[in-house]
Amino acid sequence: MKSIFKYIVIPALFLSVYSCKKDNRAAPGTFLTGAIMYKGDSINVERNQVPYQLYQYGFGKVGQIGNNTTFQQNGSYSQVLYDGDYKLIIPNGQGPFLWKKDANGNPDSLAISLKGNQTVNLDVTPYYMIRNAQITASGGIVTANFKVEKIITDSLAKDIERVSLYINKTQFVSAGDNIALKDMAGSSITDPNNITLTVTVPPITPTQNYIFARVGVKIANVEDMIFSPLQKIPL
Amino acid sequence: MKKILSIFTVLIIVAGMWGCKKDSSFLDVQPNTFLTNEQVFSDPNLVLSVLADLYNRQVDFSSLNAGWGSFADFSESFPSENSGFGRGIVQNTGWGYGSWGLNWFASYNYIRDLNLFLQRDSAATGLSDQQKKRFSAEARFLRANFYFEMVKRYGGVPLITTPLTYDYSGKVNDLQFPRATESQMYDFIINEAEAIKNDLPADVSEKSRASKGAALAMEARAALYAGSIARYGATTPAVSLPGGEVGIDQSKAVGYYTIALRAAKEIIDGQAGAYKLYTAPAGASMDQLSQNFANLFIDKTSPETIFMKDFATGVTHAFTTNDQPFSFSDEGGDAGRLNPSLNLAEQFEKLDNTFAPFATTDASGKPVFYKNVQDIFADRDARLAGTIILPGGSFKGQTVDIWAGYRLADGTIITSDESDHLKPLPGSSVPVQVVGGDGPVNGLELHTQTGFYIRKYLDPAVGSGRRGQGSTVAFIRYRYGEVLLNAAEAAFELGDNATAATYLNQVRARAGLTIPLTPSDIDFNRIVHERRVELAFEGLYFYDMKRWRLAHIVWDGRPTTLSDLKTNIGKATQHSTQPWGLWPYKEYEPGSPNNGTWVFKETLPSLVTGANRFLLGNYYTQIGDDVIAANPKIVKQPNQ
Repeated sequence: MKSIFKYIVIPALFLSVYSCKKDNRAAPGTFLTGAIMYKGDSINVERNQVPYQLYQYGFGKVGQIGNNTTFQQNGSYSQVLYDGDYKLIIPNGQGPFLWKKDANGNPDSLAISLKGNQTVNLDVTPYYMIRNAQITASGGIVTANFKVEKIITDSLAKDIERVSLYINKTQFVSAGDNIALKDMAGSSITDPNNITLTVTVPPITPTQNYIFARVGVKIANVEDMIFSPLQKIPL
Repeated sequence: MKKILSIFTVLIIVAGMWGCKKDSSFLDVQPNTFLTNEQVFSDPNLVLSVLADLYNRQVDFSSLNAGWGSFADFSESFPSENSGFGRGIVQNTGWGYGSWGLNWFASYNYIRDLNLFLQRDSAATGLSDQQKKRFSAEARFLRANFYFEMVKRYGGVPLITTPLTYDYSGKVNDLQFPRATESQMYDFIINEAEAIKNDLPADVSEKSRASKGAALAMEARAALYAGSIARYGATTPAVSLPGGEVGIDQSKAVGYYTIALRAAKEIIDGQAGAYKLYTAPAGASMDQLSQNFANLFIDKTSPETIFMKDFATGVTHAFTTNDQPFSFSDEGGDAGRLNPSLNLAEQFEKLDNTFAPFATTDASGKPVFYKNVQDIFADRDARLAGTIILPGGSFKGQTVDIWAGYRLADGTIITSDESDHLKPLPGSSVPVQVVGGDGPVNGLELHTQTGFYIRKYLDPAVGSGRRGQGSTVAFIRYRYGEVLLNAAEAAFELGDNATAATYLNQVRARAGLTIPLTPSDIDFNRIVHERRVELAFEGLYFYDMKRWRLAHIVWDGRPTTLSDLKTNIGKATQHSTQPWGLWPYKEYEPGSPNNGTWVFKETLPSLVTGANRFLLGNYYTQIGDDVIAANPKIVKQPNQ
């Protein structure tokens, strides 16, 4: 009995302790986080719609790392990686902003040398910014008042196609996720410094005494909208 | 000793006899397991069998042997299948950039085989010039048509027209070709069609091999696509590349439309053979017109069919097996998958050329009671019942059993989850059937969940739904009806509304719309609408939405509400992101005149949770990273 212990159990113990080390590679553990920013203000977008791409040379990998890497609703991103040298781009035509380009018109890459957790904010130039968005609710009607500031005014400037107020039961609020919305065409905006939109809150099942709301700007010939920060509005 | 001598002598003699043959003739044995190029290209029958393989490798967007799912997307239908990709179609909120792509490597293998065929055909010595010419024209047709399939998906791709050889030098630079521009691709297709059209037979009965009609139909469609990309591409400047690999300059639109109209007119004027619309005899009833329209897709001798992918006993497809109404199933648990949506059904206009949703409620919101289940569909375009099996419609001589339950006077619905799960009606204790044997029940797969079944391409032949037997109905790639619509659109874009009206009216008269459209009725919405209803489930709707740059407007990711559904019918920009259904109920009010009448309700099947969202990056399918890594001269698609 004793010999069984000696010859089987002890080696088995050793084996189990060592085998963990031998054939397993450590999982990636370095966090790369950040957000898209314009002069210190974060840019809010629609969830799962604005992509970024990470690349790394070597290792025989063709194409970007992972797929469907997109920014969160509040413009932040987060990625768990190994330490190493990476390059990040935002593909052309994505996002309600301009990402810097190289001479050939391809998106310029941002080199990121990762050694330990790191926060890298991505500076971009949005076509417009939404300022001072004030959203209130009273009597079942949500009212939003805000200012739209035109940032890009040179030859690359684009018009506003429409401004929209969206409300939803959950914190995901956009053109695709909402229970009610109000659109105003860009041509009907008289004073971009003072835009007011109202929308009636429809019946919500199950009832809840709050909603989430954002206002957004759709820019002509740009796919992604830019939003104001998310607000939780008590009803 | 003597014995040894005799054996030895015999052996020597034998060896000597065999040895008399020359070494070369002895070793040079004809292999009997394969044929050499020279052998094949000296016998027209063998060349034809090589060509048959090349025909078979053509691709289609929707195809009868590529699965029912290739017809199902874009909210034109609801996929009634709970496993596989069926449910995904209505739960996804969009499409990946790689959607609708081809296998790049298989595609270029195919093009290489076509190029090799052309090279060997032109070098062949054992064929007559006449034979060589026709074979060559057929292969060039297949090559141009395949490049057309590629340009529709990818925009410009490397245009390879000779077989390339690798010299084992370790350098592949001269095998790497950049993408041609999108307009070069279309120019190639148009020029090829022009070059080969007179080498092909102008014969209306030649339908599964290339004919002059097929070449011209391809040319007309390609030129029309190019013209609309040039004209409507201007509305989405973001969908273009500086090198022209994607996007065509606006100034080329008129040129392309002119070519499209000219090529279509050559067919219409009979220069390619006696093609004409497949029509019912004069004085036919609306039912007969619908039947006639359905038959067009089943009758292989129809003078309307220009080029088709044929099927025959032994080479069959499962379209009917998968899609016929549930109660007709030849294989338990295999039926009813493709359910056309209300979004599509309500597009079929009324006989007075106006658009209207099916009247389910009156102005005050009260339900409308119909005496017969089909009354709600009365006085509509005959193509409605010819494309879709409606509640109360018939298939294989029997009536389909589509109804969602009983409705009581107070609006309460009595229904169950299966037709053989019986329930008693109020005031009775006898359980009765409370839902149709063909559906609709939410979530009950293989039964309709929209209230409709597909009729187009459904084979009424006995046993066509058996897996072992299958259906031999052919898939039509080009038909005269589309040529007329192509001509109408090209004429409209060139400002000639009178010609456009003439062509549209021919197609519409066949569908029972006998009040002709006047030139002032013709607008862009009319063109878009006519193609949607005439060409539904033929694999063309998606490319139409792309080339008009309507896809991102129609599939904008917003859920489709009931009021969205009922307004803007017949408008090109009406958004359609979720497939709705129209559910019939039997009214149960004993003693009331309404008892036994029918009530209808628009219903969004409960499995529909996603809403289609077409991104600008979806306009051109992604070219794989592995392809770009192997050939860095290939530029990426825009917005991806």
